[in-house]
Amino acid sequence: MTLDVKTLHEIERKLIKALTNGKFTLNVLTQQTGLNIDQVRRGIEWLKYKNLINVNEKTIKFLSLGIEGIKAIEKDLPERILVNVLNSLGEVQSIPNLKLACKLSDDEFNAAISNAMLNRWISRIPNSGLSNTLIRTSQQTRESKEEIFLKKISLSSVSYDSLSDEEIKAYQSLRKRPNYIEKKETKNIEIELSQHGLGIVEEVNKQSETERTIDVMAPAPIIFAGRKNPLQDIIDEAREIFVGLGFQEIEGPLVQNSFWNFDALFTPQDHPAREMQDTFYIAKMQASRVADKKILNNVSNIHKKGWGYKWNINDIRRFVLRTHTTSVTIRYLADNKPTETKIFSVGRVFRNEKLTYKHLAEFYQVEGIVVGKNVTLRDLMGLQTEFYYKMGLKKIKFWPSFFPYTEPSLQSMVYHEKLGKWIELFGMGIFRPEVTIPIGIKNPVLAWGGGLERIALLKYELDDVRELYNNKLSWLRSVPKCQ
Amino acid sequence: MPVITLYYNHLLSLVGKRKSVKEILQTLPYIALDIEEQTKDYVKVEYNPNRPDFSTDYGIARALKGIFGIEIGSPKFQCTGTNVSIKVDPSVKKVRPYIISLVAVNGKLDDEEIRQMIAMQEDIHEGIGRKRKKISIGIHNYDVIKFPLLYTTENPNFKFIPLNSNTSVSMKEILESTDVGKQYGRILDGQKKYPVIKDRDSNVLSFPPIINSELTRVTKNTKNLFIDITATDLKVAEDALAIMAITLFDAKFKIQTVKINYKNKNIETPNMKDNIKNLRIDYVNKLLGLNLDTNEMIKCLARSRISASKDKNIIKCRIPRYRIDVMHEVDLVEDVAIGYGIHKMTATYPQSSSVGARDTLMSILDNSRDVLSGLGMIEVMNFSLVGKEVQYNMMNKNDDNILAVEHTKSIEHEVLRDSLLPSLILTLSTNIHESYPQRIFEINKVFTADRSNIKEYFSIAVAIAHKDTDYTEVKSYLQAMLKYLLNVDVDTVTGINPMLTDGKSAEIIVNDKSIGIIGEVKQNIINNFKLRVPVSVFEINISDALKI
Repeated sequence: MTLDVKTLHEIERKLIKALTNGKFTLNVLTQQTGLNIDQVRRGIEWLKYKNLINVNEKTIKFLSLGIEGIKAIEKDLPERILVNVLNSLGEVQSIPNLKLACKLSDDEFNAAISNAMLNRWISRIPNSGLSNTLIRTSQQTRESKEEIFLKKISLSSVSYDSLSDEEIKAYQSLRKRPNYIEKKETKNIEIELSQHGLGIVEEVNKQSETERTIDVMAPAPIIFAGRKNPLQDIIDEAREIFVGLGFQEIEGPLVQNSFWNFDALFTPQDHPAREMQDTFYIAKMQASRVADKKILNNVSNIHKKGWGYKWNINDIRRFVLRTHTTSVTIRYLADNKPTETKIFSVGRVFRNEKLTYKHLAEFYQVEGIVVGKNVTLRDLMGLQTEFYYKMGLKKIKFWPSFFPYTEPSLQSMVYHEKLGKWIELFGMGIFRPEVTIPIGIKNPVLAWGGGLERIALLKYELDDVRELYNNKLSWLRSVPKCQ
Repeated sequence: MPVITLYYNHLLSLVGKRKSVKEILQTLPYIALDIEEQTKDYVKVEYNPNRPDFSTDYGIARALKGIFGIEIGSPKFQCTGTNVSIKVDPSVKKVRPYIISLVAVNGKLDDEEIRQMIAMQEDIHEGIGRKRKKISIGIHNYDVIKFPLLYTTENPNFKFIPLNSNTSVSMKEILESTDVGKQYGRILDGQKKYPVIKDRDSNVLSFPPIINSELTRVTKNTKNLFIDITATDLKVAEDALAIMAITLFDAKFKIQTVKINYKNKNIETPNMKDNIKNLRIDYVNKLLGLNLDTNEMIKCLARSRISASKDKNIIKCRIPRYRIDVMHEVDLVEDVAIGYGIHKMTATYPQSSSVGARDTLMSILDNSRDVLSGLGMIEVMNFSLVGKEVQYNMMNKNDDNILAVEHTKSIEHEVLRDSLLPSLILTLSTNIHESYPQRIFEINKVFTADRSNIKEYFSIAVAIAHKDTDYTEVKSYLQAMLKYLLNVDVDTVTGINPMLTDGKSAEIIVNDKSIGIIGEVKQNIINNFKLRVPVSVFEINISDALKI
């Protein structure tokens, strides 16, 4: 692997320069480079990945003061206390006298004598027969190696490996005294330049800051975009097409009374779609006012005439979760009685179904309506063609179909290039006279519509319609806006 | 919608061998039959509920022959009179007042044809029969019946040998212990006496609308059939009998009428009289966007199996009795279109100019989505129908004022939500393995009951989850949203909400009006949903906010 030195990051560069001076731990590198610990860690990872360094794990022994050691720093070592007492009492003293004055324990006192003698601070008086008599031997009692060492490690703990020979001797001496020195082991990593790393040092040093580039191929951290829901994107796409085709948007209640959802659309009161197995009704509530008397009368008459049954006014008060957006459309037409209009709506509709990969209990439906003196079934086909064309679907055919409130009725089939097959999309038709006449609409009304989830599944290549409502952030954070 | 299986062999023998399977498959959709499944031996098609005459391949062959031009105009039908009669006892009036009938003789049905007849019977029961409530059909072996018959009622303890049984069973027992009894017995709820059809020797033919007797069982050796239809709706019964009649006629039976003697009147069935309707030529052309002349239109109707003739400026159509879908002139327009061929109709575009526009409120919601996603949030989409447990119990809310739906198929979809926040918390709980911070929003409708009215309005809700989120963070988002969206400044004043931690909960006030709530979600809710990080939220009623 050849490496372009220019691509090294500033952090890597600083680390390489520091490592030119030897092996170091993370902490040392932090001090030497002026980088913070996170930057050093990151840089080490990068360099390791590029094979420029070796990272060795190493056990380090640290020496620090124990309890007795701390006492000794505060009060001096016992041998120093001994010498100081000897000094103040006179140069020659008997051992019992001295012991009394020193206020040391037996063990400490004995050790103090032997250490002071080793340091050649005192000696016994020879041939005096007074083996109990000590004498100071030197005027100058220099600091012992033990004292120097204790002072050093009292400032900060010291690595065993960094000790000088003299210090090792001091340590070995002090080690014999319980609780003077504590030895701790820590694992540490030590970093050094690899063979490859050593090979580029010169080049790195030569490289001036201004020439530096970055590794443009390195992955950058992941961030997520805020976004509209993917299903909302489909809804908005459909709305935009409608607006582009000159349609006005309308919006209305999801909860309707049965009259506007069914009766006004010529659905007989014993129609299976009105049963509770298929439709959600609100429990324990009924609409007090439904529609004006004239319309109620007209609808009642048309049901009697067309279906030959006695229409029951009590059936129309039940609140139903609309089964199609047409309940809003028909109400709009009844209220406004347009002779010419182009309107559309997109909204939720409900079916009392168990959720499966194919079916939801509520879903989005889009619906377009054209009222006009001269509008025809062929115009309806033209509007569909235009709509699908704008969605990128260009092969379309129409089959006859059936809906209770339109006649003639068609269904559209569009060819899906990716799937290589024809799929059924929107249904359409011209409102039956039994629907338009009771609400005072005289011109033909073209209507079409269908579910949007189906289009969403095709667009996002999903197999299970429930996935659109699962709100998995992993999906929402990854699904592209344009497909 | 009902589905029927068409075996190519049988269908081709009815349509005429000159046609190929391929041609038939291509044509089926153009007479409104959706292909559901296709194999080398058969095709399954779905037919629309307004065309029960498509419930056998005889009916479909009838329509195909018209489209192919093999046989056009109203189909041939003949029937002869008989002395067979049914006396109607007035006691049936309270329970199931009507009976009509026909006799079909000198025919032969193979197993496949019997299967089709039974399928037709079932489809009619389910569809126009409204699960046998309006009508039920009995098909019997004519040869074992001693006429005249009596349609009468009997006590629930009355016994006979029902189909598929070898012992006498009481009608009460049939309702209580057989599948059909349990399925359709409800139709007879509250009746003291049940309908029954008996022959001259008091042998039972049928206990309508539940079950026939074993005596009149039809097998493939049966050559002569007796059909009865009992009903609460005479028109629908006649519709069904007409379909049975034309189908059996096409299956090469000779149809004979039956006399029905009510107390005050006598009728003879089946009634196969054509339904005469006038069709205006310009009405058809105007709706379809075509320019057909009278003769062309008559040809189109003929291909849809309707005979028609010119009568000054209109076309007189003689609609065969079995075409029960033709209720209005407009239904004939569709027959013209199908006879013409939908595939031959080209698309046009309406000649009117208009300016399109989004709804004002919907545009504001669009802008809200833009602002919130611009603030880095992800929009989630939840259902309006939610579970009571999540919406209320797990959120510390009392469920005194819920808007529940009846007979839901899932307890996760039983109440209309009055707030979006529970759904957002649920969404967070399903995403605990995704990286944080998580900032989500939803814009949708919420619902409240107001005496006898249901109010619905759009709500905007935001939830933020990560280890450091707090009241201040979510308030920053609220301020930013309202500033960018509506250029309003927001106040928050201490409020108490069962979902929010006391002291970190506020009402959102704009121009002295409360439009929502904001705060940190209570720890017990965090625990209920097994979340691992704190959550801060707000929700505003955007409809209220816009009134400011």
